[in-house]
Amino acid sequence: MSGTDPTLIYRQEAAELLEQLEQALLDLEHAPGDADLINTAFRALHTIKGSGAMFGFDAVAAFTHHVETAFDRVRKGEVAASTSLIAVTLAAKDHIRRQIEQPDSASEAEGAAILDGLQAALVAQSDSTPVPAAAVTWRLRFRLPLDAVAMGTNPLLLLDELRALGPCIVVADTSAIPPIEGLDPTACHVGWEVTLTTGQPRSAIEQVFLFVLDDMQLDLEQVAGHASEPRPAAVAAAVASVRAEPSSARTTGSIRVPAERLDDLMDQVGELVIAQSRLKQIAGASRDIQVKAISEDIERLALELRDTTMGARLVPIGQLFGRFRRLVHDLSRELGKEVALVLSGEDTELDKTLIERLADPMIHLIRNAVDHGVELPGQRETAGKPRQGRIALAASHLGHEVLITISDDGAGLDRARIQQRAEEQGLLVPGAKPTDSELFQLIMQPGFSTASEVTSVSGRGVGMDVVRRAIDSLRGNIDIASQPGQGSQITLRLPLTLAIIDGLLVRVGDGRYVIPLSAIEECVELSANEDGRSRGHSFLNIRGSLVPFIRLREAFDTRTQPDPFQKVVIVSSGEQRVGLVVDQVIGDHQTVIKSLSKLHADVAAFSGATILGDGTVALILEVAHLVEQGKQHDDTRQAAE
Amino acid sequence: MTNMTSVNDRSLVVLILELQGESFAIETRHVHEILDPVPITAVPGADHAVDGLINVRGRVVPLADLRLIFGMPPEDEGRDARIVVIEVEIDGDATTIGIRADKVNEVTELAASSLESTPRIGLRWEPEFITCIGKRNGTFVAVLDMGRIFSRLVNRTQGITPASTSCAA
Repeated sequence: MSGTDPTLIYRQEAAELLEQLEQALLDLEHAPGDADLINTAFRALHTIKGSGAMFGFDAVAAFTHHVETAFDRVRKGEVAASTSLIAVTLAAKDHIRRQIEQPDSASEAEGAAILDGLQAALVAQSDSTPVPAAAVTWRLRFRLPLDAVAMGTNPLLLLDELRALGPCIVVADTSAIPPIEGLDPTACHVGWEVTLTTGQPRSAIEQVFLFVLDDMQLDLEQVAGHASEPRPAAVAAAVASVRAEPSSARTTGSIRVPAERLDDLMDQVGELVIAQSRLKQIAGASRDIQVKAISEDIERLALELRDTTMGARLVPIGQLFGRFRRLVHDLSRELGKEVALVLSGEDTELDKTLIERLADPMIHLIRNAVDHGVELPGQRETAGKPRQGRIALAASHLGHEVLITISDDGAGLDRARIQQRAEEQGLLVPGAKPTDSELFQLIMQPGFSTASEVTSVSGRGVGMDVVRRAIDSLRGNIDIASQPGQGSQITLRLPLTLAIIDGLLVRVGDGRYVIPLSAIEECVELSANEDGRSRGHSFLNIRGSLVPFIRLREAFDTRTQPDPFQKVVIVSSGEQRVGLVVDQVIGDHQTVIKSLSKLHADVAAFSGATILGDGTVALILEVAHLVEQGKQHDDTRQAAE
Repeated sequence: MTNMTSVNDRSLVVLILELQGESFAIETRHVHEILDPVPITAVPGADHAVDGLINVRGRVVPLADLRLIFGMPPEDEGRDARIVVIEVEIDGDATTIGIRADKVNEVTELAASSLESTPRIGLRWEPEFITCIGKRNGTFVAVLDMGRIFSRLVNRTQGITPASTSCAA
C-alpha cells in the first residue's frame, strides 16, 4: 500500500473539512457571533486552501483563498456572519466540493458568480458594522487546578483558543513543578503566561476559560493600548517549544484506516470465528487436556477480537445526522417552511456499513417530514402551533438493536385518505377496520402515495416502499405512529451489525437452521393436543392470545420421521408473532452471516447462510417473511370467524 | 460474451467432465478448483437445479446440477463424483458456483482448428448453452457457456428471458 495516491488522501481530508465547514456555517446561523464556530470555519477553509495548493489543486486553492479572506474579516470582527454571507459561503462550499470531486463540471463562471455574491454580502454590511475595536495587548497568567487534565480539560486547546483571538506569545511557568519524587505525572503543575494582542473585549478572553473559571487562577491585565510586541529571545525559544506540542499531542489519538481494510478485517474475523468453532468441536471430542486448553484460549481470543473489530467499525450516528441539517435547511427554504432540526443521541454508535446504507432511506423520510409533515407557517398559526415546525432525529441503543426515530410535529398522517387510497388500490377490503399500525404499514406498499400533487421534493408515488426495501435489506424494520394534528413518528429498528449475529440453532428433519436471537420471544413445547389439530389452521394459545404457527417440516417439505416432541419457537416482527415448529432446539450459535448468491434471490424464507462448527452450511431464517406467512393464516382465521 | 473470431482464432484450454457418461468442456478460465464430495445443505424452495449449498473454504457457495438443467435423469453419483468450483459473471457480478460432475477427466487444449460453431439442429442439448463444439480424441465435445447457463437460471427464477448471445452469429 506504499503507492497510496496522495490526492486521494487530500480528497478524503477535504471532504471531512467541508463537512466541518458546513456544520459550523449552519450553527453560525443560530449563533452569529460565536468565535469558536467562526474559527472552525476559518481553519477548515485555511487547510483546504493550503493542502489544495500542496497537492496540485490550484483552482481549489485560488477559489478558497477568496472565501478564506472573507472569513478572516469575520474572524477579526470586521464584518458579521450575516445570513446572506452564510448562504453565499454554503454555495461556495458546494463549489469547492465540485472542484475537488469533479473538476470538469465546476465552471469558472459559477465560481466567479459566487465570489461576486461574497463581495456583495461583505459590502452590504460594511457600513453597518461597527468599527473594530483597536487592538489591545493583554497579559494573562493562569494556572489550572491540579486535577484539570483528569477532569477532561486540555490546556493546549485553551491556548489554541487564545491564539485564535489574536497573535500571542505563550510562556510556560514551570516553577511549581515538584521534584521528581513528588511528581504526580497526571497532575497539571504547569502554569502559563500569555501576552495577547487582540481587538476582542475582555469578556472574550474570559470566555475561553468559561468551563474552568471556577477552580483556576487567572490574572488578566491590560498592558498597552497598541501592540508593541515584546519578544525577548528567551521568550521566543520557549514559545517555539510550547507551540510544537499541540500538533503532536493531537495526532496520536487516532489514525486513518481505509474502510476496505476494516471490511477485510471483519471478514477474516468471521472466518476465524468459524474455524474456532470447528476447533472447539474437535477439542470437545478429544481427551487431550492441552488441546482443550488451547481451544479455550483461542475461543476467548476470537471472541475478544470479534468484539474489538466490531468496535473499530462503529461510528457515531452524528456523522449521518449532521448531513441532514443542510438538507432540512435547503428544503425548508425551497418550500417556504420554517423548520428546526433537533438531534439527540448523536453519539449512538453503529456499524459503518449500516450508517452508509441508512443515508438514502433517511433522506427520504426527512424529505417526507418536511414536505408532507410540517405545515406552512400560516397554517401552523391557524392551528395554534408555533410558526416554526420541528423535526427531531433521535438514536438510541435497545439491547442488540438500534432505534432511530424521525418525528415531526406536523399534521400527522391522514387516516381517512390512506384508508380510501388503500381500498382503491385493493390493499384493503372496503369497510375493514385496521388498527393504526396496520393501516400505516400499507403506505409502504409499492406504488402507494397519497400526495395529490407532485412536488419536486417527494410525492412521486415511489417513496416508502423504497425505504422499506432498504431497511429490510439491513434486517431492520419500520414502525409508524401518527396523531392527527400532532405529527408522526417513524421508528427504524436496526441490528447493531450486519456481519455477525447471535442465533438459535434448530433442527428440522435433517436440516439445521439459524433463527436470529433478537427476533425470538420464547420457546415452548407443542402439546400433543395442539399437535393433533388440523393442519390448515394451526394456532397456539400463548397465555390467552392466539398465535398462528407454521410447521417448518411442511414448509420445507421434510420427508424424515418427525421427532415425537415438537418444539415451537415464538418469533416476532413488529407487533406480529408467529410460532415456528421445529424438531429440536440445539442451542445458541455465533452466526457469521454469509449472503446468498443471485441464484437464490427468489428464496424468500432465508436471509442468508452461515457455516457451523462441523463445516456444514446452515440457512438463516428470514423472520419477517415467516411472520408475514403466519399473519396470512391469522387473516384467514379472522375472515372465517 | 465470447464472440466468433476469438473462438475460432485461438485454441481453448478446457476442463473435461462427465455427466451421465457424456463429456462436456468448461473453459479453465472459469474453473477455481475441484473438490471431493462435501456435505450438502438443501435449500427448501429453491430451483431444483440449484437447491444445495456447500462450504468452500469458509464461503457459502450454491451447488448446481447441470444434469437437471440439461434434462438428464438425476442418478446417484458414483465414487468418481467431484464438485467443480467455477466463477462466472451473472448480470455483471462475479459469482462462485459449485457444479456436480460424475467424473472429472482432464485439462486439455482444444486446437483452434477443431473448434466449430454450434449447429442449430441435431444437438441433444439446447444450443444456446453451448459456446462451440471442439474435437477431442476423435469425438465431439460441447464447450459449455457457463455465464449464459446461470444467467438463464437466475432469470428463470425471476421470470425473465435474456436476449440471445449466441457465439456463432
